[in-house]
Amino acid sequence: MLANYLKIAWKVLQRQKFYTFISLFGISLTLLILLVATAMFDSIYGPQPPEVHSDRTLHLETLAMRGPKDVIFPGGPGYLFLDHFIRPMAAMPEVEGVAVIGGQETAASYAGGQKALSTLRRTDGELWRILEFDFLEGRPFTVEEDRQGRFVAVINEATRQRVFGRGPAVGRTFEIGGQTFRVVGVVRNVSSLRETSFADVWVPISTIKSDVYKRELVGGFQALLLARSRSDFPAIRAELDRRLRQAKSHLPSYFDRLEGGADTLFESTSRYLPPGGDPYERSRPGLLRAALFLSMLLFMLLPAINLVNINLSRILERSSEIGVRKAFGASSRALVGQFVVENLMLTLVGGAIGLALAAAVLHGLNASGLISYSQLSVNVRVFVYGLGIAVLFGLLSGVYPAWKMSRLHPAEALRGRSR
Amino acid sequence: MIHLQNVSKLYRAERIETLALQRINLQVSEGETVSIMGPSGCGKSTLLHIMGLLDEPSEGHVELDGRPVKRYADRDLARVRNEKVGFIFQSFHLIPDLKVVDNVEIPLLYRRMPHGERRSMALAALERVGLTSRAHHFPAQLSGGQQQRVAIARAIVGRPRLLLADEPTGNLDSQTGDEIIGILMGLNSGEGTTVVMVTHDLRLAERTGRVVRLFDGRQVQ
Repeated sequence: MLANYLKIAWKVLQRQKFYTFISLFGISLTLLILLVATAMFDSIYGPQPPEVHSDRTLHLETLAMRGPKDVIFPGGPGYLFLDHFIRPMAAMPEVEGVAVIGGQETAASYAGGQKALSTLRRTDGELWRILEFDFLEGRPFTVEEDRQGRFVAVINEATRQRVFGRGPAVGRTFEIGGQTFRVVGVVRNVSSLRETSFADVWVPISTIKSDVYKRELVGGFQALLLARSRSDFPAIRAELDRRLRQAKSHLPSYFDRLEGGADTLFESTSRYLPPGGDPYERSRPGLLRAALFLSMLLFMLLPAINLVNINLSRILERSSEIGVRKAFGASSRALVGQFVVENLMLTLVGGAIGLALAAAVLHGLNASGLISYSQLSVNVRVFVYGLGIAVLFGLLSGVYPAWKMSRLHPAEALRGRSR
Repeated sequence: MIHLQNVSKLYRAERIETLALQRINLQVSEGETVSIMGPSGCGKSTLLHIMGLLDEPSEGHVELDGRPVKRYADRDLARVRNEKVGFIFQSFHLIPDLKVVDNVEIPLLYRRMPHGERRSMALAALERVGLTSRAHHFPAQLSGGQQQRVAIARAIVGRPRLLLADEPTGNLDSQTGDEIIGILMGLNSGEGTTVVMVTHDLRLAERTGRVVRLFDGRQVQ
């Protein structure tokens, strides 16, 4: 029966070239956009190297001091807070590691008399245990080297190429931000979409010129807390809340509390929803998920409604076939099955075209350099999303016309009329 | 086999109502051959469609094998059409995208049956109408008479006990028409298949056991 359905579906697609083109165009274009969007999403939030443990990593990156009458000092966690209250959390049985990272700084470096701007990040030695960078040469700098204020650096391969040309970089020195560092390691480039792990150059926090940062509760740092498993999150968050209360004693007099929280990357984005809300209060992952799902649904709904119409007229042209099939024993259910199979086939062909187009667009995006070091690809994960989306699309646009047509009375269908 | 009691059919368009059939009473017994005659638009095809469960009456009562048709749900109606009834249409209604043998297989698709068995039953039906050599052609490659033979093969492939033919020779020349009627009568005499046929042609009608005449939706004989 399926072979018969597929045979006729293929013939119909060939015969109704205009409908086929319009349908395939709509499906593949919609899927192209969705696939590029999911590839971006995956590249931002997915467990990709070096953030392979992102599913069990909590980010502490929003912290504000608050006082009465809406007095607020917003920002990220300061080094003082992280060093005194968060680093000791590494002793918790639920915590595998705690790393402290500074924000992204744009710093000038010189190579061969040429000035270039690089993204510099200051971090401690723990970062390399939590994130799994791919070292092309050398090693990471250590906790001890950070403590001792050594001017050592890990650079990415693009910086190595720019500063040192083709040769190895470990052991050589270079200048960035007015300071000279010795390269101890070179890592593979990380996409600039990875907010946590992207940089061109990583150097120890202790190389910051001024000591002021050491006295800040709120500042420009963030902490990564690697839990042993996701189920440890509640315990870690409870401990964090306790420590936020404990830190009150360090607050300047006109503030009475610290607000912030540890989130997964996705949750941390959701703090900024709804727009104009208070990101320090709490994360709203449910709202973000619903917003994403709703926009995806709406985005798919419009072409799906269009396809429903196209399908209706496409199927209406075949009312005589519906009449014959009903006359010879096809139930409404069997007919719905047939038209859904046909539509799924069309959708899957459209999906395949969309996938190929998406692969080409992502390749173009990577090559264009619009997103630094982006490695966007239609990977297995995205392919599965794509296939799921294509099937959903096929069902969305196929079931209704199929159901409507299957309700035709056979005599009317044979006369070529819809009820 | 089929029993129609006071069957009426009313078609409603936007503002116009057309009474296609008025209080028809008709009984067709197993093994009978019946012709339905009448001028164009008198309700012959509507009557045939109601007898074959392709349409439902606006009023009245239809029984097939002693069971009221009204009681059948969609799935049961589909099963009855599939197992008990075979249709032949004036304009053949073959599916142009399918080869002859795939067209003939259609009724068997809705029975749980392996592909090989379906294929051999379809080829056997084509052999009975003398079209084995055309099994892998498309309908458009055949003459009108050959297409109607394919339609007959499709109607008989599932071995129904009732064949309903709506002007089966209407689009054919008289010699081909005679051949088609010959096949239908052969099925009746050879296998006891009940044949009900709508026709304009008195010469063909006389070859059936009984003639039912309709005029303006009413049964006049």
